[in-house]
Amino acid sequence: MDLSYSPQYEAFRAEVRAFLDKNKSKAPVSRGMMSAGSGTLAWQKLLIEHGYAARTIPKEYGGFGAEADILKSRIIAEEFTAAGAPMGLGGQGISMFVPTLLELGTEEQKKAFIEPTLMGELIWCQGYSEPGSGSDLASLQTKAHEDGDDFVINGQKIWTSTAKSAHMMFCLVRTEPDAPKHEGISYLIFSMDTPGIDVRPLTTMTGHAEFNEVFFTDVRVPKTQIVGGRGQGWFVANATLKHERGMLGDPNQAGARLREIVDLMHEETMDGERLIDNPLFRDRLVQLQSRVLAMQFHGLRLLTASSKGEDAGLARLIVKLQGCEINHQLAALAIDALGELGVLYGNSPHLRAHGSWQHRYMFDLGLIIGGGTAQIQKNIISERGLAMPREPKPAKA
Amino acid sequence: MEFGLSEDQRLMQDSVRRTLEKVSTLERVRVAADAKDAKANDIWHALVELGVPGLIIDEEFGGMGLKLLDAALIAEALGRFVSPVPFIASAVMAPVALAALGSAKQKEAWLPKLANGEAVAGVAISERSSGAREGSGVAASGGKLSGKALFVLDFAAADFYIVGDNAGGLHIVDAKAKGLTKVALTSIDLTRSLGELQFDKVDADALVSGDAKSGLQRVLDAGRVMLAADTLGAGWMMIDKAVEYAKERKQFGRVIGSFQAVKHMCAEMASEIEPGRSLVWYAAHAFDELPAEASLMAAHAKSYMGEVGRFVARTATEVHGGMGFTDLLGLHYWFKRIGLDRQLLGSPERVRADAAAMQDWGAR
Repeated sequence: MDLSYSPQYEAFRAEVRAFLDKNKSKAPVSRGMMSAGSGTLAWQKLLIEHGYAARTIPKEYGGFGAEADILKSRIIAEEFTAAGAPMGLGGQGISMFVPTLLELGTEEQKKAFIEPTLMGELIWCQGYSEPGSGSDLASLQTKAHEDGDDFVINGQKIWTSTAKSAHMMFCLVRTEPDAPKHEGISYLIFSMDTPGIDVRPLTTMTGHAEFNEVFFTDVRVPKTQIVGGRGQGWFVANATLKHERGMLGDPNQAGARLREIVDLMHEETMDGERLIDNPLFRDRLVQLQSRVLAMQFHGLRLLTASSKGEDAGLARLIVKLQGCEINHQLAALAIDALGELGVLYGNSPHLRAHGSWQHRYMFDLGLIIGGGTAQIQKNIISERGLAMPREPKPAKA
Repeated sequence: MEFGLSEDQRLMQDSVRRTLEKVSTLERVRVAADAKDAKANDIWHALVELGVPGLIIDEEFGGMGLKLLDAALIAEALGRFVSPVPFIASAVMAPVALAALGSAKQKEAWLPKLANGEAVAGVAISERSSGAREGSGVAASGGKLSGKALFVLDFAAADFYIVGDNAGGLHIVDAKAKGLTKVALTSIDLTRSLGELQFDKVDADALVSGDAKSGLQRVLDAGRVMLAADTLGAGWMMIDKAVEYAKERKQFGRVIGSFQAVKHMCAEMASEIEPGRSLVWYAAHAFDELPAEASLMAAHAKSYMGEVGRFVARTATEVHGGMGFTDLLGLHYWFKRIGLDRQLLGSPERVRADAAAMQDWGAR
């Protein structure tokens, strides 16, 4: 156990700090990744030039081209958070599509798509889930049949975040209807301006449309716009899903949320008594603090395992389940501590934190369900982590 | 930056585990528990061979000079095999007390004997860690102790006790001292010994070579981390047993481990307990290297494992169905071990109140 960083890393930290001291004033104020204004794009460009974004993406594709070094990535994240400076752009294009393309794309595809995606010029959305195919994603029914040099897509996707603002979609479609379900899927990429695509906002319980439904009617996509081979889409997608689960359940987000609640409980009063002086709320706060700390240290443990190239096994499989649950419980505590104030929403008088606690409480339930439901996570943990048997397949009728 | 165990630590834990697997079998534990023997001599001697009693005692006193993180790994192994041996008080808390507050003479008198397994120490600080019950409390006056101390750890086999007084001072009391009455307490967990000490003007040797308040806190922190580690080991053993059982037991023509209802119980246990390992490691490391965080992290580890322990103990028992409820399987030894860990040195609510106070959160 050694939680200090070697001089090489301390020097790197000093470098990041110096960069932030000098350049922080150029950072855009809004952190929204979807509303990528010119300030955001210039900041992204500056970060890539210095290796604080797209750090390990090869130079030839517009990245910084550094060796993967998980400790340096962490130092960057720590220093940017400490300085309150926005990190490089995220989103499904950069976090999921780019790694997939690097692993499985053709040279031409890499050349065409990675750089503009990194620069924030190309926004991507993910076309995976369908109304009839959620947890059982491989049963998806959106079809693409061959017609000359094109695939022609018909069907429907759902839970497509950023579909309204995205320029491009990476999408799973069934190209081999007679093959077994995992072997009949292909991974296509196409412009959202392609004729025949209809995007309809999907309003959720929060009252906002964080997601969309996307309908395809005879959408023509050139056959060259496939990643991996025909019928290989399931395996390509699994490379991407691995990246998505890494994004969900980040323990440092829970740490930030906990600090907000600590402040809230010091500021808010009930019958003139500060909430932090109320032993019941305080007990719940400390109980959640234990869980947040446990996951933060757990994150350090996984980080060490990754940096040594070790497979952390079960320890890694639990992160999405635990992380999302803790975030949800934190929002629940804030609501409970606020009492009746906790139900205020929209633009109500007396609203606290812009109604964000209720919004988070509802949206986080979506995160518990999305990205592999909690129940699917438990299947994975028990089957891959504890070597328990899979559910027997029902006998074919 | 390396958050994890060294090769030496893994090897050491492994060798203790392999030894306990042989000597601390369920059959052996059962015999010891039936006899209310919380110092099974064969197991104790096997651990003495490995140097376990002197693990964290300085080399100059015949110990191995290792750290609390190493002790946590041993506590985890002992919990895994529900081993009926004195460890938490005798091999950890008492040596911490002597190291923090003992004079050269006091250390010389007791540390070598603790290190080589010749002597066993009990620790009586429940009134300071958990609050006084039943009018307990110990008054110190003119080198003599009066009153009573409850829930004394590693009680029966102890040759001497580290006793906390009402003012927060610590004292060494010989187990054979005049005026000392020992009353054994029977808890659910027969693998560890618990008792009451009654003092009628008993001679005591005060531990005053250091800051009393921080010394007592250090003893408490070490104990809390050990209890958390013990639950980590006992809890994982219960999960392993539940998974194993679920893979063998058949109902409705299938092994029950293929039912999601059962699998999900196992997945929930594993995902609740495993972050606790990271927290226990960090808390132990903080005790060794990050003194400013040590007490808070010990409280968190104790609270977290106390809550998770209860969940795992009941859920793993349920996975075993009716068999889990019987004496036949012996699963209850783990259930009870975890149950005792939870209450000792501050139950979860109590340690969370401590944790809040340490951060100046709210009025007490």
